Amino acid sequence: MSETGPELVIADQDNPAVRAAQEERLRATWAPPKGLFLKWSDVNNTAVGKWYTLTAFAMMLFAGVLALIMRAQLAVPDNDLVSASTFNQLFTLHGSMMMFLFAVPMFEAVAVLLLPQLLGARDLPFPRLSAFGYWSFLIGGVFVGGSIFFDAAPDGGWFMYPPLSTNPATAGIGADIWMLGLSFIEVSSIAAAVELIVGVLKCRPPGMRLNLMPLYAWYILVVAVMILFAFPPLIAGDILFELERLLDWPFFDASRGGDPLLWQHLFWIFGHPEVYIIFLPSIAIFAMVVPTFAQRHLLGYPWIVLAAVGTGFLSFGLWVHHMFATGLPKISLGFFSGASEAVAIPTAVQIFAFIATIWAGRLVWSTPMLYAAGSLVIFVIGGLTGVMVAVAPFDWQSHDTYFIVAHFHYVLIGGSLLPLFAGLYYYWPLVTGKKLSDELGRIAFWLMFVGFNIGFFPMHISGLMGMPRRVFTYPAELGIGTLNFLSTIGAFTFALGVAVVVIDLFLSPRREFAPRNPWNAGTLEWLAIPKTESQDWGVRSIPLIESRYPLWDQPGFVKNVDEGRYFLPDAEEGQRELMITTVLDAEPLQVARIGGPTFKPMLAAATLGGVFIFTTYHLYWLALISGAAALVAILWWLWTGTGIIPEKPAKDAGHGVVLPLYASGPSSSGWWAMFIAMTGDATAFAGLVFGYFYYWTIHPKFPPDSLPGLAGPGLSWPMIALALIVAGWALTIAARETNARGRVGLARLALAVAAAMTAAGGLAGLAGPWLTGLNPQLHIYPAIVWVLVIWIAAHAAIGMIMQLFTLARSFAGVMTPRHDGDVRNITVYHHFLALSALITFAVIGFFPRLA
Amino acid sequence: MTEAFRQLAERLPTSLWLLIVPPTVWAVHFLFCYILAAVICAKGGPLQSLDQVRLAITAATIVALLIVAAAAYVAWAQMRIEGDPPPYEESTDEDRHRFLATAALLLAALSFVAILYTAIPAFMFADCQ
Repeated sequence: MSETGPELVIADQDNPAVRAAQEERLRATWAPPKGLFLKWSDVNNTAVGKWYTLTAFAMMLFAGVLALIMRAQLAVPDNDLVSASTFNQLFTLHGSMMMFLFAVPMFEAVAVLLLPQLLGARDLPFPRLSAFGYWSFLIGGVFVGGSIFFDAAPDGGWFMYPPLSTNPATAGIGADIWMLGLSFIEVSSIAAAVELIVGVLKCRPPGMRLNLMPLYAWYILVVAVMILFAFPPLIAGDILFELERLLDWPFFDASRGGDPLLWQHLFWIFGHPEVYIIFLPSIAIFAMVVPTFAQRHLLGYPWIVLAAVGTGFLSFGLWVHHMFATGLPKISLGFFSGASEAVAIPTAVQIFAFIATIWAGRLVWSTPMLYAAGSLVIFVIGGLTGVMVAVAPFDWQSHDTYFIVAHFHYVLIGGSLLPLFAGLYYYWPLVTGKKLSDELGRIAFWLMFVGFNIGFFPMHISGLMGMPRRVFTYPAELGIGTLNFLSTIGAFTFALGVAVVVIDLFLSPRREFAPRNPWNAGTLEWLAIPKTESQDWGVRSIPLIESRYPLWDQPGFVKNVDEGRYFLPDAEEGQRELMITTVLDAEPLQVARIGGPTFKPMLAAATLGGVFIFTTYHLYWLALISGAAALVAILWWLWTGTGIIPEKPAKDAGHGVVLPLYASGPSSSGWWAMFIAMTGDATAFAGLVFGYFYYWTIHPKFPPDSLPGLAGPGLSWPMIALALIVAGWALTIAARETNARGRVGLARLALAVAAAMTAAGGLAGLAGPWLTGLNPQLHIYPAIVWVLVIWIAAHAAIGMIMQLFTLARSFAGVMTPRHDGDVRNITVYHHFLALSALITFAVIGFFPRLA
Repeated sequence: MTEAFRQLAERLPTSLWLLIVPPTVWAVHFLFCYILAAVICAKGGPLQSLDQVRLAITAATIVALLIVAAAAYVAWAQMRIEGDPPPYEESTDEDRHRFLATAALLLAALSFVAILYTAIPAFMFADCQ
């Protein structure tokens, strides 16, 4: 092997004219749409990622301003700058926006922007889904955030505890805006999770086995899986919550058998993993920054994977530590206290791995490193107070005081915000081609670091002295005036630091371009060339990976990539192409074609958003029309954009590797996406079933005595419904099998009958509670039965639409025995439908007899 | 005998699953303990004795620890497949295999400790107060 590295010999690639022609074709294929209006139809991850990041950043600034108004109000005792009602809206919106509109979307935004680059991929597997996620986020975010200008913002605290927030007398339209606006954003988060999981598992470059994956990708994988299990319980909770607010079904109303604590469970099963969902992706940035500035491989790669996976699991065993003061049995608190202490172990492991790497390397003390070090200090302090509040007796003393406010701001600003600023300074040259100012960056850092500690450290003390959270003012006699004044000074100093960063960003367009790979990093994303149009196509050719840091370790790597000596150096057919590889060892499987610019995702997001927004204002007819429009938009998008039959069966990806252009079943990305999305869906369903059994545990007699409106749904209708849905499922499988064997006519017949069976099954499910006269407003029992059958009926309706869609695809000749992705994907859906129908109807049919 | 055992463990086609077995055992054990205690206490009231719960949790803990130990043994055997020393960062079958085994062993250790943490409360409380 020579010093300049092995020449990957491909005769064509030696010819500059050939290379220029390839580049021309790639450029044309990946060119973003031009024009003031058309450019918003872009779906490429570089464009969507930028919009996403900027929007999330703007949301953070907005929510930060809300915090400053609060700090101004609290600066002196008995202040009257804002009213109590405005203050309630301020803290509710501050928390909700920082969590739902900044931290989580920012993770998705950064991942959409960086992940393809890190994996040497040209884009994510479903670029239009990313665009859909972005537009959903923008619409939902503006809807929720804008409510404060109409004095209509939610005001029940970011966790919206009932009965305060379910009672129309104490919570106005704001609670509905919170529920419905944020539910819409949760849907887009789950879409992003699906996209990122498939991206990490199936779109890695050849040779990048699991042991060579950038640690950022490991973290993203873990976090995306966490979203899949954390957000759905909240969606289940949102459904119950809105049914109570809009239709008076008593899920959280104790006088009719409900229980406000169920909401707390569902909220915190989401809410605690959420903390790690926003912490892990930020710490993931460290895993990229630290090796670069230590100029060496990260020490303890398997230890970091342990930390990421271990934290991901343990974070689901912590939720009750937010409920220590609710009077649960002490032994229950003990379990969660134990898990809360255990999670400190993996968290510390990764921090030690970073410290060891810094220690073992030759540290370059750059601006991103400064942010990384500073945030570690802050985060560790927050972690230590976390260990304190994980001890239940201590928590009883500090619960709902400013001690808790101090604790989670140390955790979130140290564990999420400042690492993001480290990432901002580190990755800005990757995205824009220009470095930010080291001078301004350092000034901003010190303003933030000092301001943060002046602002939040005194809160520990004011909290222990008895200052409760969420009060709009306090009496001078409490003796916490000085501490609060300090906090206010600190908060404004911190804000000044953020302002310096913003100024730095605005000055950026006037600066010189930085050289390529300005930090001398070793990972794939730094293949990006500053400011040429090549950015749009991602990498020039998809490399063969042999190291965790190919830019450092693989001789001649950059040159070989740039000269198109690896895979897919061309776009002969003018199609946007990705390489799909195997999960464990990244062996090439398929060349997948992905969608180009289109307005369809935006249209789908706008119409779906309409459903949520109109429902908030009780405009049910408009919501229904908007829902129908969303359905049409989504079907149009799917019909025109997915499962397209390629003009030839296979193509040469380079080096004699011939790969199919079409895949279906488990080797295709679409099948995985369906499987992953349905896992999330099943988790939401599990949340509702959990509700049923939860009510059983709290009632001595559940179901209640057989009074009119309370007895049902009987056994016969649930069993008929189950039989019909299972028949629809079996016929769908039969359609898949007959179609694969070329018996197209039989497959069509099976699909048509299956659709009828599935639809009838949904209706039969509803018939049970309907015909036995279960009245959901009377008591919790009929309400929870109704929710379960409505869930199944809605899923059966969607299942029927899928079956008819596939049938139509078969008649249109776009689904054939060989190109059968559609029927294979909907079969996955029907597996889940049949399973949830089995659980639902067995529970509502048999459990009343057992209990 | 032990050698045959080790070879069996080494050859198990475990892949990514081995990685998530120990933390999944933790999760199942955790939910079992929590739900059991919650249901018994909800139905029995604050004075309900936890003697039987303690017995059940002890049994569940032993089972869980044994499964985690078995996973750790498999991981340990697979970690020792012949090849170059760590860090496992070559693009080869062996290194990918040994890397996953190492991570699985670490996760087994973490899960072991976390399962013990979960069991402790059962020995601290006599009733449902």
